[in-house]
Amino acid sequence: METLTNGFVAEAERLADERGAGDPAWLVRARRAALDRFAALGLPTTRDEEWRFTSVAPIAETRFALPRDGAAGIGPEDVGAFQWAGERTATLVFVNGHYAAHLSTPGREGRGVVIDTLAASVARGAVDVERQFGRGVGSGGHAFTALNTAFAADGAMVAVPDGVVVDAPIHLLFLSTGRETMAHPRVLIDMGANSQATVVETYRALGAERSLTNAVTEIAAGEGAVLQHYRVQAEADTAFHVGGIYARAARSASLACWSIGLGGALTRNDVVAVLDGEGASCTLNGVYVVDGTRVADNHTAIDHAQPHCSSREVYKGVLDGRSRAVFNGKIIVRPDAQKTDAKQTNRALLLSEDARINTKPQLEIFANDVKCTHGAAVGQVDDEAIFYLRARGLDERQARRLLIRAFAGDVLGQIPLEPLRAHFERAFASRLPEPQP
Amino acid sequence: MADPILVVENLHVRGGGREILRGINLSMDAGSIHAVMGPNGSGKSTLARVLSGHPEYEVTAGTVRYKGQDLLAMDPETRAREGIFMAFQYPVEIPGVNNTYFLKAALNAVRAYRGQGELDAMDFMTVARERMRQLDMDEALLTRSVNEGFSGGEKKRNEIFQMAVLEPALAILDETDSGLDIDALKIVASGVNAMRSPDRAMLLVTHYQRLLNYIVPDVVHVLSDGLILRSGGKELALELEERGYGWIEGSRASQGASGSSEAAAR
Repeated sequence: METLTNGFVAEAERLADERGAGDPAWLVRARRAALDRFAALGLPTTRDEEWRFTSVAPIAETRFALPRDGAAGIGPEDVGAFQWAGERTATLVFVNGHYAAHLSTPGREGRGVVIDTLAASVARGAVDVERQFGRGVGSGGHAFTALNTAFAADGAMVAVPDGVVVDAPIHLLFLSTGRETMAHPRVLIDMGANSQATVVETYRALGAERSLTNAVTEIAAGEGAVLQHYRVQAEADTAFHVGGIYARAARSASLACWSIGLGGALTRNDVVAVLDGEGASCTLNGVYVVDGTRVADNHTAIDHAQPHCSSREVYKGVLDGRSRAVFNGKIIVRPDAQKTDAKQTNRALLLSEDARINTKPQLEIFANDVKCTHGAAVGQVDDEAIFYLRARGLDERQARRLLIRAFAGDVLGQIPLEPLRAHFERAFASRLPEPQP
Repeated sequence: MADPILVVENLHVRGGGREILRGINLSMDAGSIHAVMGPNGSGKSTLARVLSGHPEYEVTAGTVRYKGQDLLAMDPETRAREGIFMAFQYPVEIPGVNNTYFLKAALNAVRAYRGQGELDAMDFMTVARERMRQLDMDEALLTRSVNEGFSGGEKKRNEIFQMAVLEPALAILDETDSGLDIDALKIVASGVNAMRSPDRAMLLVTHYQRLLNYIVPDVVHVLSDGLILRSGGKELALELEERGYGWIEGSRASQGASGSSEAAAR
C-alpha cells in the first residue's frame, strides 16, 4: 500500500511539523486520526466497488505540492468573470486553498451571521468550528475525505442563527493556479432552526496547469432550515477534482444541493445527505459535460433515516468524444422511515459512439410503506426531434445545439434565483460541444 | 393562368425496405385545397413526409417541383424557409425547449432567409397572442416546453398555431384531424379556414371524410397502395364515406395499375 499513499503522507507530516503548536489540540488530533485512516485505506483502486469505473492512478502518479499561496499577482479583475450579475451577501476567495483577503468582500451581514474563513474561526477559538468539524463526515467518507481532514487548514465557515434569513447568495470562490499544486479546502455550513440561505461554491482555475482540488463540505441544517447549495466545478480540463458534500437535515429542513460539473480531467463528486428528522426533504440535482478523454464520476447517497421524508434527485450528463461518466445513486430507507417518498432520475446524452457511462441506481429499502422510484436512460439526440426543428426552418446545427442545451436545460431551469440560473445556464452552454452535422 | 405551386410527377418512394409510393402524380395551384384520402398503409403520410424532406425515405424515381424549383434537392430547413409547412401527425415533444423560444427561432430563421429582419420579442408576442386567440389556445402553453405534456388536441392545435405564425405558401396537414373530438376539430378547422388565401395552397392528408365537412377541398384524391386511384371534386369524399375504400380498391382491377390521377381539376 505504500506506493498508493506515497507523497501525500510525507507532505502531511511535513506540514504537521511546520505548523508546530499553533493549532488547537482537537484539530491536531483530528488531522492525525485522518492521516492514519488515509494511510490505512490508501488511495482507492478499481478493485474498490465504490471506485470500480474510475481509476485515480493519474492522481497517484503525480507528486502534488501544497503551495504557500499564489494569490500575489492576482487582482480583482481576474475574479470578476467568475461572479454572477446580481447581489451577493459576501464573497470569500481562496487561492490554492488559502484565503485571499484582497480579492474578497466579506460583507457585513450582522444579525449574528458568520461568514468567515476556517483558519480565522479556528484561530479565534470559535466553539462552532470544533462542534461542526467532522460532524457531517462522521466516521464515513472515503480516503480522499480523510486526506482533506489530514490537510485541513483553511476554507470557509458559514453559520446562520435561528430564524435568520440571508437573502442574497454567499459566494465561496476557490481558485487553483500553478503546476501540480494541490488544495484541500474545507467548508462548514451550519444552518440554525428556521434559517434560510443560499451558498455557492465555485471552483475555477487561473491557467491550464494540472492541479488537484480535494474539497469537503459539511452541512448541518437545523429544524425547518432551508438551504440552497450550489457547487460549480469549472476548473482546467487537465485538473483533478475530488469533492465531497456531507449533509444532515433535521426535522422539516429543506436542503437542495446542486452540482454543476464543467471542467476537470478527472472529477469525482460524492454527495451524502442524511434526512435525520421527520418531514425533512432534499433535492440533489446535477448536470455535467465531459468531452475528450475527461471523466466525471458522481456518487450520491440519500439516507432516509426518519419517517415522512422526501427526496428528489435528477442527474443529467452530456458526453462527447471518448469521455467517461459514472453515476451511482444510492437511496437507503431505514426501518423507521415509513412514508418515505424518494424519486431518482439519471439521464445521459451520448454525442459520440465512443463516450460511455456506467449508471447504477442502488436502492436499499428496509421499510414497507414507502414510495421509491428510479429511472435511468442513456440515449442519443432524438432524430425525430431534429427533423421537427428542421421542418420549422432551423438548420441542423441550430437544431442539435438547441436539443443538447434543452437536455440539461430543464434541470437548470428549476434554479429559483434568476441571476444564478442565468449565470449557470450561460456557463453550461459555453461548455457544450459544438455539434458536428 | 399562373403556374402550379406544386407538381409531383411519377413519384416513387422507398422506406423501411419496401416501395411505399409507386408513381404519384399531383398538381396543385396556388390557393387551392387538395385532400388526400386513403386507408391505413396507403402511403398518404409518406407523401406528406417526403414533401417536407424527412430523411428516412428514398426517392427512387420521379420529380417534385415547388414554385418551379426542384424540391427534392432541398434539405428540410430550406423547404420550410421557402414556405412549406407540415403539421405533423405526431408532433414531437421537446422537453427543455420553451414553446415561445422555439417558434421565435423558427420564425426568425425563415425571416432571415427571406432577407427580413428579426422580429423582436414584443412584436412576436403580439402576433403569437393574436393567433392563439383564434385557435382558442391557453396562453400558458407558450411558456411550456414544446408539446411536452400537451393533450392530443393541444398538440394538434399547437401545429396549426405554428402554421398561423409561420404563414406558409404550402401547408401540408398530416392527419391533423385524427384523435380530435368534434369541438377540437371545429376549432382546428376554423383556424385552418381563417388561413385560406389565394397565395396559400393546402394539402390535407386524412383518413376520414369528417374533416372535409369543415374544410372544404377543391380536389380530393384517393390513395391506395402507393397510387392515386381516383381524383375528383369534394363529392368524391362523400361518396367514399358512403361506400368505403373497398369501393375504389375494388374498381382497381378494371382501371389497371396506371390509375394515377390525371391533372386534377383546376
